[in-house]
Amino acid sequence: MTEEEPKVRIKSLYKIFGDTPKVALSHVQAGMSKSELLEQKGHVLGLRDINLDIPGRKIQVIMGLSGSGKSTLIRHLNRLIEPTSGEIWVDGEDVLAMNDKALRDLRRFRMSMVFQKFGLLPHRTVQENVEYGLGIQDVDQGEAAERAKKWIDRVGLAGFEGHYPGQLSGGMQQRVGLARALATDAEILLMDEAFSALDPLIRTDMQTILLELQEELHKTIIFITHDLDEALRIGDRIAILRDGEIIQASDPQDILMNPADAYITDFIKDVNRAKVVRMRSIMGPAAPAQGAPVAVSDTIEEALQKLHAAPDGCCPVMAGDEIRGTVGIDAAIQALKAPAAAGAHYS
Amino acid sequence: MLDFLSEFPSLGRRDLSALRQWIDEGFRTFSRAYGEQLEAFFNPLLRFLVWFQDLLTDAPWPLVILAIAALTWFGARSWKITGGTIVAFLLIGIFDMWEDTMATLAMISVATVLCIAIGIPLGILMARWDRAQSVITPILDVMQTIPSFVYLIPVVMLLGIGKVPGLLAVCIYAIPPIVRLTNLGIRLVDREVMEAAEAFGASYRQKLWGVQIPLALPNIFAGVNQTIMMALSMVVIASMIGVQGLGVPVLRAISNQYLALGLMNGLAIVALAIIFDRVSQTYGKRLQAYRETGRD
Repeated sequence: MTEEEPKVRIKSLYKIFGDTPKVALSHVQAGMSKSELLEQKGHVLGLRDINLDIPGRKIQVIMGLSGSGKSTLIRHLNRLIEPTSGEIWVDGEDVLAMNDKALRDLRRFRMSMVFQKFGLLPHRTVQENVEYGLGIQDVDQGEAAERAKKWIDRVGLAGFEGHYPGQLSGGMQQRVGLARALATDAEILLMDEAFSALDPLIRTDMQTILLELQEELHKTIIFITHDLDEALRIGDRIAILRDGEIIQASDPQDILMNPADAYITDFIKDVNRAKVVRMRSIMGPAAPAQGAPVAVSDTIEEALQKLHAAPDGCCPVMAGDEIRGTVGIDAAIQALKAPAAAGAHYS
Repeated sequence: MLDFLSEFPSLGRRDLSALRQWIDEGFRTFSRAYGEQLEAFFNPLLRFLVWFQDLLTDAPWPLVILAIAALTWFGARSWKITGGTIVAFLLIGIFDMWEDTMATLAMISVATVLCIAIGIPLGILMARWDRAQSVITPILDVMQTIPSFVYLIPVVMLLGIGKVPGLLAVCIYAIPPIVRLTNLGIRLVDREVMEAAEAFGASYRQKLWGVQIPLALPNIFAGVNQTIMMALSMVVIASMIGVQGLGVPVLRAISNQYLALGLMNGLAIVALAIIFDRVSQTYGKRLQAYRETGRD
């Protein structure tokens, strides 16, 4: 794969909340910690030195617990929040240099957003809500209605066009939110804890819908969540945020196999690894194997049967028709155990 | 020394009367210089008011009742309210209060329209700029609490006695609720919804008309309702400075102790108030059909 220009690039981004953020910034850059800053200067450190390249047409998950700054971070991308210092580039364009008009165009045509509490307009019907972004784009009414209808069907809400958001369940409301964001045809989709307010079953449903849509749409999705299972399920890449700092940004398998520090180790220790660790993370170099072939993207759970049935406990790992390596049942069982906490315990 | 504590060291009587005279003189000079221009400025308003009142009194009464019933039906979509309105106006006619009622109706309608036309933009301004809010709020406080007789004095000094000064007095008293509730309604709009509009690139105008005003409507309507009620409650005071209508007989009844006359005209005012209230409230509710659907 060639190294291509990232769709969105965040460079040394800082956000400090308080009366004199610029002054506080110099303290932070001199190494003051978040708690010291709050205690001594009365300022809240929102984000500290965020550097992140977000590839196009992939799902980038940004994960962290509440207060880690993840919602603050996503709001910088369309400048709902202004940074204290740093750079944000979208398609090689400097977002912070944009004037009001350019910024509004960015929001109208290139980035749309889905919200945790849906943010639907309660006085408009489902149809009118989905048309909202198109109205702001000045798309004419007839075409807007048609495009909105298409997306309403696509998220499975056909027949509910005339309902008001207040008449729908949470899951259905968020489908409206998703349809509204998709209808603008923006290439970048910002999803701020979009599924966090939903029941677990509905949440899994919505993840499935999102993954299905992504398979054909290939949007650049930036997805905020506090739920590791969700992050592992949908993320092509995951960045883990803690106290306003990114502590690891990598692909999900790498985070599972090589957690950067004790915090992440602790974070991933309760994950059901059988369902998330894939063959490509645990396979060794190609070697003779007597078992049935497994796919690189198979999880341990999916492959275990074949591994168990193999006379020598080894299976070839295939990507399509090509052999990529070999995996043994011992490696699979080993991988089920979470890596031990490395080094000193985090504070 | 003790004197100083027991007696408040006030300005001397002479100084005070000089100060008062200076203020009165100043205002008199001002009204002599600008009174006519002000009158000319309000002239179109006066002509409209006269025209509207004549229209209501000169038109055949069945036609007027029909028109009012139609408006009521359009606003409330309720047979009960429409029927009640027709009965109320028939009774008013039977008890020979038709002309006064029409005069009051004209006055209240024009005052309400004026208050809405000025009040809603002011409320929007207050919601947009905290600065405007901190300036306008104390002014509204004064307007609402200062005894109406006090501001009748300068109004009469400037514009004399008649319909326009009466209209102004009514508006001064009645405008604060619509301003306050417009401001409040806009400020109470859900932050998430506003953020969503912002994230989709809505301009200030699109946010205002597409999100804030529609969602603030329940509060704005409560403000309109309050404004109408307060305007009606000023009818008697306004009649003291020459406004025709139901206030005049009430005033006469007070000075002569005519219980029945006062009661009848007072009840006519109450009837108007109830009709205005019910119609504006049900109309406001009908605009919010989406709110009545269980969940929120």
